[in-house]
Amino acid sequence: MTDQHTLPQPPKSKWKLIKRISILIIILLIYIWTISSINIRWDKIFSSRTLENFDRIIPRFFQPAVAETESIIEKMIETIFIAYTGSLAAAIIAVPLAFLCASNMVKNKVLNNIGMWILGAVRAFPEIVLAIIFVAAVGPNPFAGVLAIAIGSTGMLGKLYSEVIESIDMHVIEALEASGANKLQILFYGIMPQILPEFLSYAIYRFEIDVRASSVLGIVGAGGIGTLITFAYMNRNWEEVGMILLVIIITVTIIDQISGFIRRKIV
Amino acid sequence: MNKPSTYIPKGIYPFKTKMIMTVALIVVVGFYLVSSIKTESFIIDIFVKIPNVFGLISDFFPPDWGYVTQIWPKLFETIHMAIIASTVAVIVSIPFSLLTANNVTTNNVLYQVMRLILNFIRTIPDIILAVVFVGLFGIGAFSGIMALIIFSIGILVKLMSEVIEAIDMNPSEAIRASGGNSLQTISFAIVPQVLPQFISFSLYVFELNIRASLVLGYVGAGGIGQLLNKEMNFLNYPAVSSIIIIVFAVVVIIDMISAKLREGLV
Repeated sequence: MTDQHTLPQPPKSKWKLIKRISILIIILLIYIWTISSINIRWDKIFSSRTLENFDRIIPRFFQPAVAETESIIEKMIETIFIAYTGSLAAAIIAVPLAFLCASNMVKNKVLNNIGMWILGAVRAFPEIVLAIIFVAAVGPNPFAGVLAIAIGSTGMLGKLYSEVIESIDMHVIEALEASGANKLQILFYGIMPQILPEFLSYAIYRFEIDVRASSVLGIVGAGGIGTLITFAYMNRNWEEVGMILLVIIITVTIIDQISGFIRRKIV
Repeated sequence: MNKPSTYIPKGIYPFKTKMIMTVALIVVVGFYLVSSIKTESFIIDIFVKIPNVFGLISDFFPPDWGYVTQIWPKLFETIHMAIIASTVAVIVSIPFSLLTANNVTTNNVLYQVMRLILNFIRTIPDIILAVVFVGLFGIGAFSGIMALIIFSIGILVKLMSEVIEAIDMNPSEAIRASGGNSLQTISFAIVPQVLPQFISFSLYVFELNIRASLVLGYVGAGGIGQLLNKEMNFLNYPAVSSIIIIVFAVVVIIDMISAKLREGLV
């Protein structure tokens, strides 16, 4: 490594320079397009009305509606349950898909690609869009939220799982095979011990994300605390928005701490 | 390995592990039962209600392609919002990520306070930020941009401070030893090491912002969500499906481009 500094710099190729300049120009054009076409009414934003709003809203925001605590906490618990049921379902659905995608388990390239494609397509849908579809399908209830979280989480968990499976030590499996173990025994004694801790860790991590995600699903009618956000917002009830925010911050922080602790124990 | 030859292990897992696993399984399943009763969503429902979903999906088809001309302006607004918000957030998060990295900010009190603030920011759902900003600044893209900026800073600073904490400190020590000030240390020792990851994270945040701006429209903070909300309320499913298909295509294309760019960087 010490020789590296004495070596002459490789000559800069023209191609690279052209590439860099063209990227720069494209970025510049994107910014020009953005700034010229974005529609912001600055006069309206920096007006006396905005200042009035600040005076009116900010103080109310910091006087949370303590009276509403009970109903808000009840909805928050519902939110956690939605996230939990959804994450659990995703953690289970993702397993077969992950095995399908892992190139060391399924040797067929076509099947691998099909699995990857399914997971990629699922990941591209934002959860809120899934929630909209499921609310239309099964009605505005927590079940729609559970479905949205379950499907939405499968994409990410499946991908992470398949990476875990691909990184396992195959020698163990070869050894088991050589000593005459059947497929089920290989799965239980060769594969499971290697992947289980990381699978669990990812599932718990995803649960953390899902708690945050499910707190907004109620906006489109999929249950949980989001429902209250909509009502409070429509009634301009800023004290209640403040209280909801407080409850969400506390809950998410606690769940993050617990799940972080469990994950450190597992891995 | 001086166990008697007649010793046959009961399994490859020790007793304690089995115990923990059993307890964990009971807790997981128990919590599941409670939550499925509470949310009235049982696994069996998935199979019972799947015909509903398929029935609805047939309502969504065929998409109303004539509607597409109305989608473009709002879609572009979404992209503009994401671009502006990501750019501002990237610029603002640079000093903050330096402050939240414990190898740059040696003052422990400042470091802990910054971390605490950022942890709180990250827990606030983007939609509540949007609600507050819509209340303050009125309906429109500006409120959405403000919400996205705060949301992005929370994520960016966390990712960035972790990268900064993991850098090789020898170059910065060398610069300090040869008389460089803090600014010189940062620009010659830290920036070159973290720049590729920084750009990569910025692109990642841009992707997140595109997705997030879908929700923002629901509370009036601009972007394509407004359109989605409107057509959903009118039960105009063909229009909804054309919006969803276009959003899907845009998200996939942006993900692909930014994945390619990130591959080139890191």
